Parts: sequence; structure tokens; C-alpha cells
Amino acid sequence: MNGDGPALEVAGLYKSFGRLEVLRGIDLTVAEHEVVALIGASGSGKSTLLRCINLLEEIDSGRIVIEGVEITARGVDVDRVRRRIGIVFQSFNLFPHMSVMGNVTLAPRKVLRLGRAEAEERAMALLERFGLADKRDEYPDRLSGGQQQRAAIVRAMAMQPDILLLDEITAALDPELVAEVLDVIRELATEGMTLVLATHEMGFARDVADRICFLDDGVILEQGPPSQVLVAPTEARTQQFLKRIIDAGRL
Amino acid sequence: MSGEAHTTRDEPLRARRGSHLFGRMRPGGAWIALLSTLVVFGVIGFLVVNAPGFARVQQAFFDPEQFARAIPRLAESLWVNVQMFVVAEACILVFALLLAVMRSLPGPVFFPFRLMAISYIELFRAVPGIIVIYLLAFGVPGLRIPGLVNEAFFWGVVALVLVWSAYVAEVYRAGIEAVHSSQEAAARSLGLSRVQALRHVVLPQAVRRVVPPLLNDFIGLQKDTALVSFVGVVEIFRRSQILGGAAFNFTPYVVCALFFLLLTIPMARLVDYFAVRDRRRQLAGLGAR
Repeated sequence: MNGDGPALEVAGLYKSFGRLEVLRGIDLTVAEHEVVALIGASGSGKSTLLRCINLLEEIDSGRIVIEGVEITARGVDVDRVRRRIGIVFQSFNLFPHMSVMGNVTLAPRKVLRLGRAEAEERAMALLERFGLADKRDEYPDRLSGGQQQRAAIVRAMAMQPDILLLDEITAALDPELVAEVLDVIRELATEGMTLVLATHEMGFARDVADRICFLDDGVILEQGPPSQVLVAPTEARTQQFLKRIIDAGRL
Repeated sequence: MSGEAHTTRDEPLRARRGSHLFGRMRPGGAWIALLSTLVVFGVIGFLVVNAPGFARVQQAFFDPEQFARAIPRLAESLWVNVQMFVVAEACILVFALLLAVMRSLPGPVFFPFRLMAISYIELFRAVPGIIVIYLLAFGVPGLRIPGLVNEAFFWGVVALVLVWSAYVAEVYRAGIEAVHSSQEAAARSLGLSRVQALRHVVLPQAVRRVVPPLLNDFIGLQKDTALVSFVGVVEIFRRSQILGGAAFNFTPYVVCALFFLLLTIPMARLVDYFAVRDRRRQLAGLGAR
């Protein structure tokens, strides 16, 4: 929006569930058009971080600033904030009682107050772009996992967010369906969409991300361009993690 | 790819229809079933008809003449019951949903509303319907407050709405809680407010899930309309008492019972239909994962 400042700034973010400290002081700055991949073992806090950025989780301390506006300040209209931050979930979370078109146009119509015709026109343009035009009237349970996830991405994009968060969006997919979803993300990245993605797809992270952040035990232990973090990590924990990934044949 | 997947998905469904009356029959099976049915029912019928005292039973409960007299008169009175439960059901659908939503409101601010909803539900599930009917239909007109309706019919319906809304609210609540929280998260993440998420995402799914148990409660409500006879509304049960009392015969009651059966059968079939549809939908949903 304002061009100069970072698209997203997270400072000193703490979050615990009961006595379990999930995030222990996260500092992260994401520039506009930047693609940041969060990697790390399960339970390292990747998903929680994304959910905090979208205010789906209340944070304990720290602050989150989007386009110069502190969204974690008191009295902020969270519904207004969320319009600008899209999120796509691992389990799609499409609305099963609505067609694809219904899913995609719900928020534009109810939140942005667009007319049906305009909302559908916008939705159709997105569906065509992501190869789902012929599925507009299908219900989610008639779609393959890959199609469902692409529909979920279209649903998030229909709100024209400034930043898109992707929470391990290929983790629930059959291996042969992963590529079609990753292609969509790749396209979004080349178009300059600001993306923060939690992923286990290291190869994809290497190809598409400008920066990789390695999360370990609630902190960002190491970050930098893929060529550095994935090839020559300096931290022992990162090396260990990558070794396991490479041994598993996933890089 | 999906077309093929769906035919296989329907297989377990067809197998399960075995629990229905007409199960799965092989060709020729229908004839065996028919023969078997004739023999079994023939024997039962023979035993019953030849039992000692059958003539007296028949005269007291199944008197053809009384039967013919009762049918048109009771059919006429049944209309009163139909009016009662149709009006009551319409009110219950709305009122119970309100209660359920009140009970599901989160956060400390809404504590008094949750408390109200819970207390209401506890109270009206505990108190026998007949007592509520008596209290309202005899008690309220007895207050002689000007401008207040005095009709037993009106207060009877109000009592049914109060009592059955408590049950139906619990049914709704189960439906609301069965919608996974990730659905609300998805809605809120798109910028929908809490109310919008409830209205457009949670409630539509919740209501769909609870249609069978809801219709089940409506069957109970339909039967309870007979209770309103106790406060002086001449509906089908009261009319049966009048006819039966005049003739010293129980046949009108039997006819009355048959009418209630007639009312319930379509409702029960509707419940079955929704249950099957629901199961099919769930199977389809699971298959896609």
C-alpha cells in the first residue's frame, strides 16, 4: 500500500498455550513482494505464528504490524485487519454447504458488500486463472484434494489481500496432487504477491522463496536466502534438521 | 475420476438398507416373503379371533358402527391438533434456535445470556408438559388482566412451545457444536464478523445436521397436543372421550390412536429420508479426503 515500509513486521512475539510456550520471541520482517518460507520440525511454531499474524490466536506479548498499522494494538477492528491478510489452511476448510462459487463470493459479498454479479465476475476471473472455471457449481466434496485447495486459495485471493499466509497447504494432499497446488503458489509469487508460507516441501521452498526462516522451539534460529540456509546452514540444529530431510529424500 | 469413485462410495449404503423392511431381495424372494407373511399373519389372526373373549374385545374396541361414526367426527377435530402443532412447530423452530445461539455465545460478556438460556432449558425439560399447560391455560386467564388472551387453545400452544423449545434448543446446540471450529476460523479469516460467520457458515451446516432429531422431537410434540384437551380444548382426544363416553365404547379412542399414527407415519418417513441423505453426504465427504 504505502510502498516503502515492510508489508509485515513481527516483533518480540510470545505465545503459549497453557504452560506450553509455543512462540518465544519471534522477530520477522517481510518486505512487500517478498516470499518467506518458514521451515522447521512439527511443533516448532510455524502454524501458530501464521495463526497469530491472522489474529486467529491471541498473542501474549509483542506486536504485529501490517503495512504500518499495528494490528495487535487494543481496539483494532480485527475483522477489518483480516480482510487484508489471507490465509489458506492445511485442511482446506472450504464451506461444505456451498458451491465453489458460493465459497469464493461469500466474503466479497458479505464483507466488502459487492453485488452478486460483481462478486461472481471477480471470482470467475480467479477461477479461470487457476483452472477451476468448470468447477464453479460443484460442491467441495465432489472435488479432488488439489482442486479443493486451489479453490481455498481462490477464496482467499478473492478478498484481494495484501499478504497471503499459507499453512502447510500441501501436507494433506496425495503426492500426485501437490504439484498443481504448488504451481498456483509459484504463479502468485512471480506476480509479486507477498507470501509467508509454512512448508515441509523443501524443494519448493528453495525454488520459490526469497528467504527461508528456520524455526526451532519457538524462535527463528536462522534465516537467509535459500542458497545459504538450505545449503550451508551455520546453526547445528538447522544442519541436523536438514540432514534428516535430505536422508528422507525430501530435498 | 470422480464419477467412478462415487459409485463405489454408494456400495456400503446399499448394503445397509438391509435393515429396512424390504431389505435386499433376490428374484423370487418377493414370493417367498409374501407366502411367509400370509402364513404367519394367518396363524396369528386365527389365534386372536378364536381366543376366548374375542367377541367382547371386538365389541368394546373395534365396533364397526362406532368406527364409522367416529371417523368423520374425529377427522374434524384432528384439524384442531394440526393447527396447534403447525403453529407451535413454526414458533419452536425460531425460539429454540434463539435459545441455542444464546447458549453458544462465547466470552464473559455473554455470561448472563448463557445463564438465562441454560436455566430456561433445564427448567422446561424438567417440568412435565401437562403442568405447564395447566399453569398457563388455567392460571393466566384467571389473572383477569385486561387485554390478555383468554383462550385455552392459545395458552395450550404457548405451553407446548415453551416446553418443546427446550428440547429442540439442545438439538440445535448439538448441531452447532458438531460444526468444527476450523469452519468458523476459515470464515473469520476472510473478514466475516462473528455474527456473519454464525449466520452464513455455522448455522446452515448445524441445521442440516439436526433435521432428523428435530423431526423426531416434532413427532413427540404432535402427540403432546392431546394434552391440551385437559384444559378444555375440544381436539381429537377430547372428542374421542365425548363419543366414547356417550356410547360406553372404546372404539373412538382406537380411531383417535389411528389418526395419530397417520400423522406420524409421514413424519417418520421424512426422518428416514433425511437420515439416508445425510449418510450419503457424509460418505461422499469422507471419500474426497
